[in-house]
Amino acid sequence: MVKFEIHDLNIWFGSLHAIKQVTMEIQSNEILSIIGPSNSGKTTFLRTLNRLNELNPRYKISGAVELEREDIRRLNIELLRQKVGMVFALPLPLPLSIFDNVAYGMRMHGEKNRKILEEKVRETLEKAYLWEEVKDRLAESAFKLSGGQQQRLCIARALAVRPEVILFDEPCSGLDPISTAKVEDALVKLKENYTIVLVTNNVKQASRVGDRTAFFLSGELIEIDRTDKIFTAPRDTRTDGYIRGKFG
Amino acid sequence: MKNPHRTQRIAFFFLLLTTLLIVIPVGLIVVIIIQKGLPAINWQFLSAMPRQGMRAGGILPAIVGTFYLVSGAVTFALPIGLLAAIYLSEYSKGNKLTRLIKLAIVNLAGVPSVVYGLFGLALFVVFFKFGASILSGSLTLGIMILPIIITTSREALESVPQSFREVSLSLGASKWQTIRHIVLPNAVPGILTGTILGLGRAAGETAPILFTVAAFYLPRLPHSIFDQVMALPYHLYIISTQVPNVDEKVRYGTAFVLLALVLMMNLVAIIIRYKFRKNKKW
Amino acid sequence: MRKFKEFIIEKLVLLCGFASIIFVGLIFLFLLREGLALFKTAGPFNFLFGKNWYPISEPAQLGILPLILGSLLVTVGAAVISIPIGVGCAIYIAEIAPIKIKEMLKAGIELLAAIPSVVLGFIGMVTLVPLVKNIFHLPTGLTALSGSIMLAFMAMPTIVSVAEDALYSVPKNYKEGAFALGATHWQTIWRVELPAASSGILAAIMLGIGRVIGETMAVMMITGNAAVIPHSILAPVRTLTATIAAEMGEAVVGSEHYFALFAIGIALFVISFAINVTADLFLHRDE
Repeated sequence: MVKFEIHDLNIWFGSLHAIKQVTMEIQSNEILSIIGPSNSGKTTFLRTLNRLNELNPRYKISGAVELEREDIRRLNIELLRQKVGMVFALPLPLPLSIFDNVAYGMRMHGEKNRKILEEKVRETLEKAYLWEEVKDRLAESAFKLSGGQQQRLCIARALAVRPEVILFDEPCSGLDPISTAKVEDALVKLKENYTIVLVTNNVKQASRVGDRTAFFLSGELIEIDRTDKIFTAPRDTRTDGYIRGKFG
Repeated sequence: MKNPHRTQRIAFFFLLLTTLLIVIPVGLIVVIIIQKGLPAINWQFLSAMPRQGMRAGGILPAIVGTFYLVSGAVTFALPIGLLAAIYLSEYSKGNKLTRLIKLAIVNLAGVPSVVYGLFGLALFVVFFKFGASILSGSLTLGIMILPIIITTSREALESVPQSFREVSLSLGASKWQTIRHIVLPNAVPGILTGTILGLGRAAGETAPILFTVAAFYLPRLPHSIFDQVMALPYHLYIISTQVPNVDEKVRYGTAFVLLALVLMMNLVAIIIRYKFRKNKKW
Repeated sequence: MRKFKEFIIEKLVLLCGFASIIFVGLIFLFLLREGLALFKTAGPFNFLFGKNWYPISEPAQLGILPLILGSLLVTVGAAVISIPIGVGCAIYIAEIAPIKIKEMLKAGIELLAAIPSVVLGFIGMVTLVPLVKNIFHLPTGLTALSGSIMLAFMAMPTIVSVAEDALYSVPKNYKEGAFALGATHWQTIWRVELPAASSGILAAIMLGIGRVIGETMAVMMITGNAAVIPHSILAPVRTLTATIAAEMGEAVVGSEHYFALFAIGIALFVISFAINVTADLFLHRDE
C-alpha cells in the first residue's frame, strides 16, 4: 500500500532551489533510506513530509505531497505531525524529566489521565529498548542520560503519539557504534508497525536496514529502488560513484 | 622618532584615568549615602507618618505609595510587554513591520521621562478623567517601563533553542502549545530579570508621577486606586528643595531607602541572570 | 474549543505586538492635541525665539529661547565631559581590563545607570553645588556647570555600554591582522578598532546626549532654574525639561501656560525621536 505519494515536488528557500522536480512513492511498513552527499536536499525532503520546512519564512513549494491520497497541506497540521513523527539528527531531549519527555506529545493531544500516561510511557520506552535502563529514574532530567539513551528517548517520545510514519534525520550521526547498533535494531523492529523514512549519511547503514533506497544529488532524485539493487546494480553512474565513495 | 610603546603607556594611563573618573564618584555616591543615611534608619522611620511638615517622623506613606505605583505599573506592563515580546520572537516575520515595531520600542525607551508625565496628564488624568491618582500614575509608569520588559523578554525568548520548538511541533503540538509549554518556561528567568529591572526603574522615576499621582504631603495611606499617594523619589525631591530646614538625617535617610530599594532590585535581577546562565542546560 | 482559545490568544499577541507603535503614536497625538492649541494665540516664531519666559505675568510672555539655550548649554557641557570619559572607559573595559575587573567595572556602570536621577540630584546638591560655589567664589553653586557635571554621569552609562558593545563586536581577525603586522596594542585600538567601531560609538554618543536632553529631576535640582538667557556656564540656567516639571503643577488645565508646556513637550519628543532614529540607523546600518 502506498503511504506517501509525491509528484513534481519543487522547493525553494528564497532563491535557492533545494528540491527539483521529485516524484516518488513511499510504501507502508517499509524502511526507505535516503542517501546522498550533504546539501543534496535529503533533510529538506524529509522535513517536507511533516511540513516542518514551513518554519522558514523564505520557504516556497510547488507540486503535490499526498498522505494516503490526501494533500498534506489540506490536512490539519497538528494531526499531520501526529501521524508523521520525527527523530532529529542530534538527540534533542526537551528540558523536562524523562517521563515528561515521553508524555509531552500525548499531553498536548489532550491526554490528562495519569494512569493512562504512565502506561503509555512504559509501553513506548519498552519499544525503544530504554525501559530497563530508566525505569527507576523517570523523574530525572532527560539531560542526565547518555547520548545513545537520549536518542532512544527521542524515539520513544515520537512513538508515544502513535504515529503511522516516522522520519529519521540522520539519527545516528552523533552516536558511537554500539549506540548506533542499538538504534538500528530498534529501527528494524519498528518496521512491523510503522513506515520509516531514514535519512542517513552512512551508506552502510542504508544497506543494512533499508528495504528500498533513494539517492539524492543536488536536490534531484537520481534513483530509487530496492536496496540490494541500488548497491549491486545501480542504473545511474552517479549512484554507483557515490556508494563507492567517489564523492560526498 | 616617537616610541610606540611609550605612546601606548601614556594612552593606557589616560584610559585607566577615565575609568577611575567614573568608578570613584559612583563609589563615593554610594558610600556617602550609606554613611549618612544608614544611621537615620530605624523601625520608626520606616513605619511612621511624617510629622511637622515632613521635617520629622517617618516615610511610611511614601514607601507604601511607591509600592502601589510599582505594583500597578508592572500589572499593566508585564502582560502587554510579554505578549509583545512573544509576537516579536515567535510570530513576526522579520519584515519592514518588525523593523518599525523595533524602532517604536527604541523610541519609547528614549522618550524623556517628563514627556511621559505630560502624556499621562493629558491622557489619563484629563482625557480619561482618572484624576491625579494611583491609576494614572501606574499606567504612566507602566508605559514607560514597557520597552525594558519587551526587550529583555524578547531576548530571553529568543535564547531558547529553535530545536526545542521544532521537537515540540514535530510531536503535533500547536504553535501556542509550543510557546506555552516549551518556550515560556525556559525563558522565565530572563523575563523575571527584565521585569525586576523595570520595577527598579519605575520605583526611582520622579518626572512621570509629578502631575499624574504624587502628593506633596499626605500623611495617610491610600484607600483606593483613585487616591493620590506620596512616593519615595518625589518625597526626596520635596524635602531636598521645597521644604526649608529639613533635618539632614531625614533627607539622607530617604535617599538611602530609595537607593537601597532600587539597587536591591537590580542586584536580584543580576543574581537571577547569573544563576540562570550557570544552570543553563543547553 | 482549544482552537478558539488559541485563536483569541494569537490575536491578543498580535495586538500587543503593535502596542509600542500604538503608544508612541498616542504620546505624539496627545502632545500635539494639547500643545498645538498654543498656536491659536501665539506665533510659533515668537514661541521658539522669544527672549522672555514670563508665563504668569499679564499678558504672559511665552518665549522659550532662554530655555533652549539653557538646555543647550547644559547639554554641551555634559557632552564635553562625558564623551571622552565614557569612550575612554569603554575602550578600557573592552580592550585592556582583565576579565575579572571587566565584570566588576560593568557591574559598576550598571549600578550608576540604576541610581535614580533624583538621588543623583540630591547628591549633587549636597556635594557638588557647594564645591562649585567655593571654587569659583560664586553667590550660588546652582549653575549650568553643576548641571553639566551631574548630567555627564547620567550619560556615561549609556555611552560606555553601547560603545563597549560596538568595540566588542569588531571582528577578532581585524585585531589579529594588525598584531600580525607588528602594531602595538594601542596602535591596533587607535588605527583599526576605533575606526571599525565608529558608527557604534557615534550611536553611543548620540544616545548619551539624548539621555542628557531628556533628563529632568537632577537638572531641576542643581541648575538654579533661572529662566534667563545664560551668559556663562557659571550662571544659573533653566532647561526645557525642568520648566515643564517645575511649572506644570501650577499651570491651570486649558490655560495658555498649560498649552505652552505641552508645546515644549512636543519639541522634546521630536528631538528625542530624531536622536533615537538616527542612532538606531547607525547601529543597524547593515540591515
